[in-house]
Amino acid sequence: MAEETKFEPKIVAFLCNWCTYAGADLAGTGRNQYQANVRVIKLPCTGGIDPLFLIKAFERGADGILVSGCHPGDCHYNSGNYHARRRWNVFRPLLEFCGINPERIQFSWISAAEGGKWVETINGVVDTVRALGPFEGYQKINTIGPDASSESSQT
Amino acid sequence: MGKKIGVFVCHCGTNISATVDVEKVAEETKKNNPGVSYTTTYKYMCSDPGQKLLRDKIKEEGLTGVVIAACSPKMHEHTFRNAAIKSGLNPYHVEISNIREQCSWVHPDKPVGTEKSTDLVRMMTEKVRKDKSLKPIKVHVTKRALIIGGGIAGIQAALDIADGGHEVIMVEREASIGGHMAQLSETFPTLDCSQCIMTPKMVEAAQHDNITMHTWSEIESITGYLGNFDVKIRKKARSVDLDLCTGCSSCWQVCPCKKIKSEFDMGLANRTAIYIPFPQAIPSKPVIDRENCILFKDARKKNIKPNDSKVCRKCIDACPIAPVKAIDYNQEDEIIDVKVGAIIVATGFRELEDGLYGEYGGGKYEDVITGMQFERLASASGPTDGKIKRPSDGKEPEIVVFIQCVGSRDPSKGCSYCSKTCCMYTAKHTMLYKHKVHHGHAFVFYIDIRCAGKGYEEFSQRAIEEEGATYLRGRVSRVYKKGDKLIVLGADTLTGSVVEIEADMVVLASAMKAQDDAEQFAQKLSIQYDKDKFFSEMHPKLKPVESSSAGIFLAGTCQGPKDIPETVAQAGAAASKVLALLSSDELEREPVVARVDRQLPPVFSTCIGCFYCQKVCPYSAIESEDIKARDGSVIKTVARVNEGLCQGCGLCAATCRSKSIELDGFNDEQIYAEINAVEFN
Repeated sequence: MAEETKFEPKIVAFLCNWCTYAGADLAGTGRNQYQANVRVIKLPCTGGIDPLFLIKAFERGADGILVSGCHPGDCHYNSGNYHARRRWNVFRPLLEFCGINPERIQFSWISAAEGGKWVETINGVVDTVRALGPFEGYQKINTIGPDASSESSQT
Repeated sequence: MGKKIGVFVCHCGTNISATVDVEKVAEETKKNNPGVSYTTTYKYMCSDPGQKLLRDKIKEEGLTGVVIAACSPKMHEHTFRNAAIKSGLNPYHVEISNIREQCSWVHPDKPVGTEKSTDLVRMMTEKVRKDKSLKPIKVHVTKRALIIGGGIAGIQAALDIADGGHEVIMVEREASIGGHMAQLSETFPTLDCSQCIMTPKMVEAAQHDNITMHTWSEIESITGYLGNFDVKIRKKARSVDLDLCTGCSSCWQVCPCKKIKSEFDMGLANRTAIYIPFPQAIPSKPVIDRENCILFKDARKKNIKPNDSKVCRKCIDACPIAPVKAIDYNQEDEIIDVKVGAIIVATGFRELEDGLYGEYGGGKYEDVITGMQFERLASASGPTDGKIKRPSDGKEPEIVVFIQCVGSRDPSKGCSYCSKTCCMYTAKHTMLYKHKVHHGHAFVFYIDIRCAGKGYEEFSQRAIEEEGATYLRGRVSRVYKKGDKLIVLGADTLTGSVVEIEADMVVLASAMKAQDDAEQFAQKLSIQYDKDKFFSEMHPKLKPVESSSAGIFLAGTCQGPKDIPETVAQAGAAASKVLALLSSDELEREPVVARVDRQLPPVFSTCIGCFYCQKVCPYSAIESEDIKARDGSVIKTVARVNEGLCQGCGLCAATCRSKSIELDGFNDEQIYAEINAVEFN
């Protein structure tokens, strides 16, 4: 029991530069506190996210992932977020097939004006993943691929 | 061989150092990252000595990569990259680790913030390791500006740019330019007549050699980028040929449809179906309101061409222009293509709709009117020639109650912001009323009186002390009708009493709202907007007139509520940005663009020519290219990115099946380096 309460999930967030990254900045400007479990990686657009980035993050020990971009219709590049959504729809069943609970990856739209929504979303993801427990499937991922040996030396 | 990376951790005064142990971050970074050869902390990295420190250390330490752990890259990425250039380092080897907005300001626990900051710095250090030198891309600049909106903001910006010697295209969706300012009676704090200062500007804009005006027109689409926008303008069918028409007024004098509410007079007067919005309209030429004209109604019903309808032809018969009449019932919308280098959005606001405050009887009782309606009543060119009369029976109101903050500062009605102008215009209204109805009495219900501006406080004090308006601090709960009076029930919170006033007229200080179609319009332009649908500036303090899209600027109330002086100032600022942009023949653009793999024979390129990238590219930036042998035979057809068109979203890179496309500045190596560095605990 004591072990479980100690578990702090590790979340990697892939954010688009124009909406969600700016929304996260706004949460900061407004001094809206949230759980510190997230590490942000900024990209120009969620449409430019290769699903392998997400797999790689799991492999590096992430317990959960957030992908967040602009609201439908608001994409700085007109349609990037639609492609991201479509790619996610295809990717999701594959995750299940690989034995990764799709709840570990969450997808959201947060605009540059929604600092509050960023806080809610991050806290939500952290809580969800905390309830799911640590992700240990990465150890299996680890045994495949060229740099498997270097990875295992670190664990 | 490896990079020599320098890490500079900023205290930001105490903004960062209060909740992040910056010294520890620097120390840990140096200890655990073999490539990091130099670390330091500094009180204000963005200050002049801070930048000097960066410049000096790049030289002294021979740094080939830099991480600045400070505020958001949106604040100072540009600043630090420029500083690097001065020391001879390619700016794209400088990355910002955001430990203020996304760490110190949101995590009050110091050990937690320190740990997260150390992680964030490590991730950026790894990215910098993979950074490559990039050269800025040069793009040609079309020396012409587009102004969207013909209100005071648009007119001011157009005049400033046109005076600077550049061509301006102005698009206004109404039949005349002028916007809201043309509707106002007198303006605070000087009480000079709005028409008297506005109409000369309208004429100046219309007659300026460098300004081309398109009224009754809307933006169909905008594509392209900074310096090279392609704009399609829809000139809506006016049914009147602007070149032929002389504005003689014969047509609208004979029009039989006389009971259409005038938009310009806020519904307080009627207009005809063929009309000019107001006497000083520019162009002073009419438009046919096709919704309400009986000829067009008949044509729609019978499904025939308007010119074939015989129901009413009074206007065309009255038109003295010969041999070809200036009225053309069959005129259709026309699409015009223009190329511009910069755009100013000045689309203005709309007044809060009637009826949102049912408890005040707005939209229900004729004598409960909005602030704009009062402007029209008080205006010398208005429906009552400037006499204050009740809309219901034309009587002079002896008691008028003004209710402030109607739709402003009221989150329960979805409007949490302050509309900024209402305190002042209500003070003005009480004065105008007292000047015209000497024995009348004005009551004002307010929450706070906010009069921050030059001469504003004095103005509102004058309304209270000299003009005798009674200000009551409190909200009104209800307005209802009793006989021909309006009973206003409110509270005076200063005396703690309930107030009941028998009023003849009630004026609501209605909020300024974003235009109804602001959201769709922002999407058309790819610019950001805030929770209230006002367009967002790039930076709230340092880039107040730039939109989130390069080359598109904001002016006036489309960005947020403001008064006339502020609007004019912002329009001038936007115009100066445009003038600076148009002053050069070529611009440098961020080199964040996609690149398709090209290499030496025998591979030439790993691209397999599937052209999925072409299908997803929002900018049609992917072209096909034949790789040819010496004899001219095609070896391979591969994709190529047009750097001028590419905006750097990375869609193609993520879509590419053979991993042949990389996005400069965010390539796979860089992103994987960041992910690999996440390494929790």
